[in-house]
Amino acid sequence: MHISKRGDISRKQAWAIRIGAILIALIICGIVTTLTTGLDPLGVYGTMFNGAFGSERKIWVLFKELSLLLVVSLGLTPAFKMKFWNLGGEGQIMIGALTTAAIMIYLGNTLPGPILMLLMLIGAVGAGAIWAMIPAFFKARWNTNETLFTLMMNYVAIQLTAYFIIIWEVPKGSGKVGIINQSSMSGWLPVIAHKQYLLVIVMAVIVTAAMHVYLKYSKHGYEISVVGESQNTARYVGIKVDKVIIRTLILSGGICGLVGWMMVSGTDHTITTTLSGGMGFLGVMVAWLAQFNPVAMVLSSLLLAFLSRGASEISAIYQLNHSFGDIITGIIIFFIIGSEFFINYKINIGKKDAEEDRKEGSDNV
Amino acid sequence: MNKDIPAVQMRDIRKVFGKVVANDGVNLDIYRGEILSLLGENGSGKTTLMNMLSGIYYPDGGQIYIDGEPVLIKSPKEAFDHGIGMIHQHFKLVDVFTAAENIVLGLKEEGKLDLKKAAAKINQICSTYGFDVDPNQKVYNMSVSQKQTVEIVKVLYRGADILILDEPTAVLTPQETEKLFKVMRNMKYDGKAIVIITHKLHEVEEISDKVAILRKGQFIGQLITKETNAQEMTNMMVGHEVALNIERPEPVDPRPRVRIEGLTVRSSDGVLKLDDVSFYVCQGEILGIAGISGCGQKELLEAIAGLQPIESGTIEYIEDDGSKENLVGKDPLEIAAKGVSLSFVPEDRLGMGLVGSMDLTDNMMLRSFRKGRSVFTDRKTPRKLAEKVVEELEVSTAGINTPVSKLSGGNVQKVLVGREIASSPTVLLSAYAVRGLDINSSYTIYDLINKQKENGVAVVYVGEDLDVLLELCDRILVLCDGQVSGIVDGREADKNSIGMMMTRLGGDA
Repeated sequence: MHISKRGDISRKQAWAIRIGAILIALIICGIVTTLTTGLDPLGVYGTMFNGAFGSERKIWVLFKELSLLLVVSLGLTPAFKMKFWNLGGEGQIMIGALTTAAIMIYLGNTLPGPILMLLMLIGAVGAGAIWAMIPAFFKARWNTNETLFTLMMNYVAIQLTAYFIIIWEVPKGSGKVGIINQSSMSGWLPVIAHKQYLLVIVMAVIVTAAMHVYLKYSKHGYEISVVGESQNTARYVGIKVDKVIIRTLILSGGICGLVGWMMVSGTDHTITTTLSGGMGFLGVMVAWLAQFNPVAMVLSSLLLAFLSRGASEISAIYQLNHSFGDIITGIIIFFIIGSEFFINYKINIGKKDAEEDRKEGSDNV
Repeated sequence: MNKDIPAVQMRDIRKVFGKVVANDGVNLDIYRGEILSLLGENGSGKTTLMNMLSGIYYPDGGQIYIDGEPVLIKSPKEAFDHGIGMIHQHFKLVDVFTAAENIVLGLKEEGKLDLKKAAAKINQICSTYGFDVDPNQKVYNMSVSQKQTVEIVKVLYRGADILILDEPTAVLTPQETEKLFKVMRNMKYDGKAIVIITHKLHEVEEISDKVAILRKGQFIGQLITKETNAQEMTNMMVGHEVALNIERPEPVDPRPRVRIEGLTVRSSDGVLKLDDVSFYVCQGEILGIAGISGCGQKELLEAIAGLQPIESGTIEYIEDDGSKENLVGKDPLEIAAKGVSLSFVPEDRLGMGLVGSMDLTDNMMLRSFRKGRSVFTDRKTPRKLAEKVVEELEVSTAGINTPVSKLSGGNVQKVLVGREIASSPTVLLSAYAVRGLDINSSYTIYDLINKQKENGVAVVYVGEDLDVLLELCDRILVLCDGQVSGIVDGREADKNSIGMMMTRLGGDA
């Protein structure tokens, strides 16, 4: 048995492999479901689908989650394209959320609505940007490891949030902040067309389009690609690598901070230490699955949002531990990522296959 | 052992990588007591073929026979069991180990590790064939030539009697090459079968008994070296007639363009790379730079191009009107802003000059993307430039939207050189411009460089092939350990004296 690299593969074949992988994943999930819970797998899949698309409200929730996840991924993308492994999405979201909450609590009901909103927006984006800029500065200056640095910054942000939650908790001793400005709705993102999440979704669309244009057509986007591919080439043509790293991470962290604002001001109206809920990491997967193409990220974030909504639904309906949903999600994602291997490589078993290859090869020549 | 049966027979060998056919229908006979040259241009499948013999690749078709017996070689270990040993172009040695430690590394011998016994065996191998190895010397203290010797001894220590050397002379000076050839002949008289991969014709003629020629993965023929000549071998290698001479027009109005005084450069870990280097290069001439690889060539060009921080010294650019511009401490952008049109074809094309995953247009854009005030890039002008380069330099590519990493070495170089000369430079720095290129592409590049010279450009040409340097350059500066060993006239110098200067300052014995 040996593994060899495929030549160019047609789009049709590639999709056949991907769909095949999902089918195999579903079969294996079915077996795991029956063996561990004794439930009918088809019923479980039906419940998953229902959880995501079952009612108008559920569809709105799905699209809200999709939008938040998509914006996080868009935020991470410029950094990843530059091969700066920003694993600090969690922290950048949290610090943006914390800043938003602080402004809502301390300045809510005192400033006019639009000014308050603007202040929250600037505060959240700025905080996220600073949170990403710190590791970027150290990377650019002393070539520190950004993976560890950004990860550590997550803990700092989460602990800061925990600290402020105790200060802000309502009622005292509950350990929760509760809904901020519940009666006045000061600092709440306005509801348009009577749909609570519509504005968040619209913003996600705008960020997607803007990021697509930025990466593909702007000079900054071009510099990011060059620095990501080869810092030596970048220096050779006079690109200031340090500057590009710091500038790009300000953008990356700023967008993650924006998500924190969208959540506190737009969707949750409260803050908890688990607010980001792993989106900073899930966003990495969304971006990677879409190979950093902002438009394709709409699809990959749909997939992950669907799996996450479906997984919570099965946990609720069948009264299973939440981990069960995670197991199903994990198996499906494993197969989807694994299928990329079979798109790039093929496995030949024994001598016979080599002979067949040979025939195929000579047909091609 | 029967001398009439070849030690190795390869029959109808085929190897495919994706859609690329690396070898097809290759037949090769290797006899004991003979040196066989495997000749072919880059990308003709020489190394792939030998990698199949040494167990690194597994053939997709065909059969290998050792001493007449059909065998399957699935791993380098199995190759060793058949007595096959390969010395790769890139050495695989542990720097902090001694020669002896490296040689026994990975051997599963019975009993305790006995380095003294190993050293005795190494010394015995050395005296048999005339190698010069100190078993207790650490590898990091060794010259390239010594490291190569350790690699060869390592293979012999393991009992190999079929040796494959992959372009062993590429990193050696003429004197070291002579030494290597001497031990190769000793091994041959001892009854070993030896294959040497090379694309240097004079070496084929000097060392080998037979020569096998590959072209584009196909087996073209096997000849007795004595019965052929350079022109015939070239024609077989390339597939058509090639004229093997390089023009050297007389420089017109040579006036100093760049003057360097006392240039000293240290690497980031403090190693002295250039030591008090002074020279000048004139407009309308080609200044060759010769030296063993890693003697400061890279640092020298990068210092001029503004990519290397320098410790002391001056780099002056002299304008037509005689005014001078100091380039020290300026980055490439600042140099360009001073109105100095400097082009640089670096050694590492895909790692420094180009971006492999980007297409031709985007690579053309590297130099020009900042132009204009718009925040968006202008792709029209670079696309036109890409089309022009493809047409004028005959770059063979599927289109200008192909990532440059998918092009062959020669075409990558044409893209890079094409872009660099498009800005009509006054200074052109080039490092190993023809490394890895086939004969045709090499001559295209020589022509391009000559054309720049005729246009009055000051050309600095770092090269490794002394024969080419002597044919192409007006003057040759020889570097030795970061110091200027001497500057000679390209029309009068000879290869031997330059070789001496490469190893010893001033070249005196």
